[in-house]
Amino acid sequence: MNHRARVNPIACEAHGMCAELLPERITLDEWGYPIVDGTPLQDWQVAHAIRAARACPTFALLVARERTPPPLRGRHGERRG
Amino acid sequence: MSVNSTLTESPAPTGQPAPAALPRLLVGVPLRGALSLEEHIAIHGPLPATSGRGRRRARERAALLIDEIERSGLLGHGGAAFPTATKMQAVASARRRAIVVVNAAEGEPASRKDRTLLERLPHLVLDGAILVAGAVGADEVIVCACESAKEGIESMARAIEERAVAAERAPRVHLNAVPNHYVAGQESAMVNYLNGGPAKPTFTPPLPFEQGVRRRPTLVNNAETLAHVALIARHGASWFRQLGTPSQPGSALVTLSGPLADPGVYEIEHGASLASLIKAAGGSTARTHGALIGGYAGSWVAGELLNGVALSNEHLAAHGASLGAGVVLLLSERACPVAETARIARWLAGQSTRQCGPCVHGLDALATTIEEIAGGVVQAQAGQRIGRLASLTAGRGACGHPDGAVNLILSALETFEAEFAEHARHGPCDRCARPPELPMPARPVSQESTRGMLARR
Amino acid sequence: MSAQLATAGPSAYWYLTRSTGAVALLLLTLAIVLGVIDVRRWSSSRLPRFVIDSLHRNVSLLALVFLVLHILTSVLDGFASISLVDAFVPFVGSYRPFWLGLGAVAFDLILAVIVTSLLRARLGFATWRAVHWLTYASWPIALLHGLGTGSDASSTWLLVLSVVCMVAMLAAVLTRVIAGWRANVAVRGTALGSVGVFSLFIALWLPNGPLGSEWARRSGTPTALLPHHPATAKPNGSGG
Repeated sequence: MNHRARVNPIACEAHGMCAELLPERITLDEWGYPIVDGTPLQDWQVAHAIRAARACPTFALLVARERTPPPLRGRHGERRG
Repeated sequence: MSVNSTLTESPAPTGQPAPAALPRLLVGVPLRGALSLEEHIAIHGPLPATSGRGRRRARERAALLIDEIERSGLLGHGGAAFPTATKMQAVASARRRAIVVVNAAEGEPASRKDRTLLERLPHLVLDGAILVAGAVGADEVIVCACESAKEGIESMARAIEERAVAAERAPRVHLNAVPNHYVAGQESAMVNYLNGGPAKPTFTPPLPFEQGVRRRPTLVNNAETLAHVALIARHGASWFRQLGTPSQPGSALVTLSGPLADPGVYEIEHGASLASLIKAAGGSTARTHGALIGGYAGSWVAGELLNGVALSNEHLAAHGASLGAGVVLLLSERACPVAETARIARWLAGQSTRQCGPCVHGLDALATTIEEIAGGVVQAQAGQRIGRLASLTAGRGACGHPDGAVNLILSALETFEAEFAEHARHGPCDRCARPPELPMPARPVSQESTRGMLARR
Repeated sequence: MSAQLATAGPSAYWYLTRSTGAVALLLLTLAIVLGVIDVRRWSSSRLPRFVIDSLHRNVSLLALVFLVLHILTSVLDGFASISLVDAFVPFVGSYRPFWLGLGAVAFDLILAVIVTSLLRARLGFATWRAVHWLTYASWPIALLHGLGTGSDASSTWLLVLSVVCMVAMLAAVLTRVIAGWRANVAVRGTALGSVGVFSLFIALWLPNGPLGSEWARRSGTPTALLPHHPATAKPNGSGG
């Protein structure tokens, strides 16, 4: 079972708490928005990721659970299939 | 603006034999006005039945159509080139009753193919929509057209009325106008608008095929894709594959613009050479810097390479390009590619729906940097800055808009490296001040637009 | 019964309710200041964003705790016969109904804010934020309640506390409103205007109101409880 961190870029308002609470996976760009490493989280990181998701004031950080590989992406990066 | 096939525009054959070559979609296309339902049936034959007696037969026929579409290898014509059968299958296997959305919003400024289909061949699009609706079990079809495409809207409204008079059991067909901005035709933005929200993309998942209009599984297809479905249902997958390439079979509508004798919408087979298309359009009236292929999310191909270009995604990939929504823009040598790129970059930044920070800031910073280069005011290490901005912007929004804009900008910088270097050193050239060649319509990104059902069947 | 209690002097509850009320006001002010620091995204290496945010949430909860203590002790204190209902339903009490009622209004607003914050995940961001802004309204109401109802309005410590809190609130609101000025000018302008009006009101009202003569009577203290009433004359004159 893989856990991945994802940010909803529409909800995100660059509060920046996620990068403080999960620095191993999230860094902030020059405008304060998170760059999230989407590779599977290590086991010990999952609890931190969930804490970071709870801390986000706008619920922009999500921790997704999946059993299958991530969906295909179309030419413009949109998820498919 | 002519609407043409690559053959001469001869009178359409009546009756139903499958067109042996081009034109296919554009058979019998009138110079003005639309084909009436009668004329349409006379040319293509009646709509193949999708619902037989009894539910089992209906399901069988539905599965048959999806199979046929899959064997035809039809890809979407809205820009993403996604396999149509896969999308249909996903919606058909959903539990809730589906809805079909015909995407004729055509936000790409340089594209006119969908508008043309609405204006001249609405029944071809409606055929396809009704066929896929039957195949996926949808009881409703919503045709979405850009609110500025007045003629297309009227024509489609009339066509829907014609069908209402002639109809038996078939899905309800509505016509909806959507706002005029660039991103309004994006799938989730369109669904958002139909659900009463603004025409702005939403965060996915869930994707429209899972949960779209009114939370129902929604099949969103480009208008041209459905036109192809209408013909595949009549003539079969093998016929469809007689033209085109193995990986991209069939024909496509391409909007060709720029310094040409006869710019307009043309039907080509996938893999046709750009040279033959230009020739069919009467040849170019000026030398060109290059061609922008795929629209404003597409890529440039330099002028000297144009003769070797074949119009299929497979061939274009070698040039770092793809056909997109079938847009080919030639840029004459009279224009300045640096100034044009700066204007387009700023326009694309303005078309952001401003929902995602990286898109808002990234596109703005990129546009500013390009403008600076165009003006000869170059910050140190501008190249590295652009590279960094590009990686910070692409892929970090909720939709593909920033990705497309970054693609265009990087492609321009690569193709016109010499011109950009010139401008960086010496500032604006004498061609910078010329009126823009690339179209940039004023497109306020706002929610305030007329909304509503324009025609009901 | 109340007459006997009154002649015995103010109970411990009376002191507790005043002190917890003052602390609640202080904590409410601090919570709002932290909230503004939070939304302005200020941080330092020793106080990162998530710490500021946690502080804001925890100070708010602490303020609620003191607020609850303030209410309980005022109910338990027999002097003014305040019932639990008066804490939730404004203006129905017998003791200084208007000024006490303001406390109920402030408490209701704060309850709404805290409950919606705890249920944030279920309510969605837009709803949560709309209710959260009620905090700005609750503060001036709480202040007026404290100055109008409390028996310490004239004492130095409460005045100093009130002034300190007012200054802090002024700074917080100005910071919040001025940042990103050009967006939502109508809302921000209204906020600034309200701040100005309220400040002016306090400046004019304080000397003629709680600091003026016979405030206890004018504010609606039941006659039986007034200090000069023969049945309740208190030897040390406090509580009036």
